[in-house]
Amino acid sequence: MDTIEVKNLSFSYGAALALENISFAVKQGDFTGVLGPNGGGKTTLIKIVLGLLKAQKGEVKLFGKDINKFDDWVKIGYLEQKNTPSSLMPLTAFEVARLGLLSSKKLPKTFNKTDNETAENIMQTTGCLPYKNKLFYELSGGQQQKVLLARTLINKPSLLILDEPSTALDSASRENFFNLISSLNKQNNITMLLITHDIADIGKYVNNFLILDKNIIFYGSKQKFCGDKKAEEYFGPYTPHLMDHLHADAKSCPFGRHQ
Amino acid sequence: MSVIEFLSFSFVQRALTAGILIAVITAILGTFLVLKRLSLIGDSLSHVALSGVALGLITNTSPIFVAVPVVMAGSLLVFKITEHTKVYTDSALGIVSACGISFGLIITSLAGGFNVDLMSFLFGSILTVSAWELWLAFTLSAAAFVMIYIFYNDLIAVVFDENFAKTAGVNAKRINTILVLISAVAIVAALKVVGIMLVSAMLIIPPCAALQLATNFKKALLLACSFSVISVIFGIYISFVLNIPSGAAIIILNILILAFCACIKKFLK
Ligand SMILES: Nc1ncnc2c1ncn2[C@@H]1O[C@H](COP(=O)(O)OP(=O)(O)OP(=O)(O)O)[C@@H](O)[C@H]1O
Ligand SMILES: [Mg+2]
Repeated sequence: MDTIEVKNLSFSYGAALALENISFAVKQGDFTGVLGPNGGGKTTLIKIVLGLLKAQKGEVKLFGKDINKFDDWVKIGYLEQKNTPSSLMPLTAFEVARLGLLSSKKLPKTFNKTDNETAENIMQTTGCLPYKNKLFYELSGGQQQKVLLARTLINKPSLLILDEPSTALDSASRENFFNLISSLNKQNNITMLLITHDIADIGKYVNNFLILDKNIIFYGSKQKFCGDKKAEEYFGPYTPHLMDHLHADAKSCPFGRHQ
Repeated sequence: MSVIEFLSFSFVQRALTAGILIAVITAILGTFLVLKRLSLIGDSLSHVALSGVALGLITNTSPIFVAVPVVMAGSLLVFKITEHTKVYTDSALGIVSACGISFGLIITSLAGGFNVDLMSFLFGSILTVSAWELWLAFTLSAAAFVMIYIFYNDLIAVVFDENFAKTAGVNAKRINTILVLISAVAIVAALKVVGIMLVSAMLIIPPCAALQLATNFKKALLLACSFSVISVIFGIYISFVLNIPSGAAIIILNILILAFCACIKKFLK
């Protein structure tokens, strides 16, 4: 059973087609980097995969279950690209991070001592414990991102979908962040879908690439990516840069060096 | 008159009990509504309440009993409008509000115009709360409390970040519906306290004052409730002593508290 299965999916906002006939499958433990130009449909695709938008055509399955019937949300961690929470909501960083536990609760959903400890531990891991009692809306963009990341990781999800998670982070935090999620991927076999424009940053961590520009331009392993004509065309300008980060893989990669 | 003497009247005891219950429930709901940018729902639904009350008066049934389902229907209408048409929520609130007033006025004129009973709902008359109205306020508030208790963290999630809530398994649509339905109930329960004209102020002002000072969510709720209760108690006292309308006295106190909180916040920063 695939973790994510998308078949013949098309989606348009009103008359504007955003995604056309998309099909792909993601296996448990895959770490997929999702790339593509601004407006390429990455965020849209993710929202459809999570059921936040309904596609006009096609089907989506998560863990083998149709998205419209899916209810095992505790397995999913999602970090949105543009997060605009209610701006005056007086929640502390701690209260925001702890909210992530909601998906593991039954009505009435209340939090206990163990939950509080879990929340503090994950905040420690993502580096936002020092300001746990500050109001969320008074934190900087990067600090907020670390709190939201804690909220996303708190249930130890088996599928993690992150939409440009590192854009607000400073370089040290970015390094920590990528090390953290790559160790989660390796040690706990978490499936990872990471949208980013920082191909250089993720090159050494991912094992699959999905390039999206309304259609799927490329989907496959990092090794195949290095020899793919379309991918080469698409990422020509980035290639030398990318190769630096593909390390050992670069040796067996035919394009990029002879350009 | 001394406070002890004032408190010894049974109509004052009834007024205070009903007033405090409703102050607490409107403050809690108001905090969610203000943060969800739905605070004007109070305005809109109170106008729908005018239709309900007028209908209750003209049919010689209970204005409150008729108003509850009418206002609940009004609250659902707001959602239906935003869901099925290209209309923003605030416009939908305006539309529903206009419907409420228009129908209310037509029914009233068919009944021969404004009378004393209708006036008491327009402007509130908490000092005339009867024993059974107190019982009704208690039942309605209890129902609202239970719902808020059960869905407390779901409400927080939906108000804070709806997409997150959905991917945390929260049925956001259901929570939004529950929120406006409880608000409908609370608004009807609050009619006797401050009246149709001012009920939305009970939902908006105490939470706004609390949000100036709150450092976490529980404190926001606690402060909002405290401000609301203080205003009701002293508002009733002042209105009795100075012989002024109680609803207006309560709201003016709320506004003073809000101004005070805003000043403290400026001072602290
Ligand atoms: N809410 C919306 N209403 C209408 N059109 C939209 C909406 N959101 C996105 N679009 C359009 O759909 C297309 C895909 O947008 P999407 O946000 O999925 O791109 P993206 O690949 O995530 O881009 P970016 O790299 O800038 O985040 C774009 O052409 C965009 O203009
Ligand atoms: Mg995007």
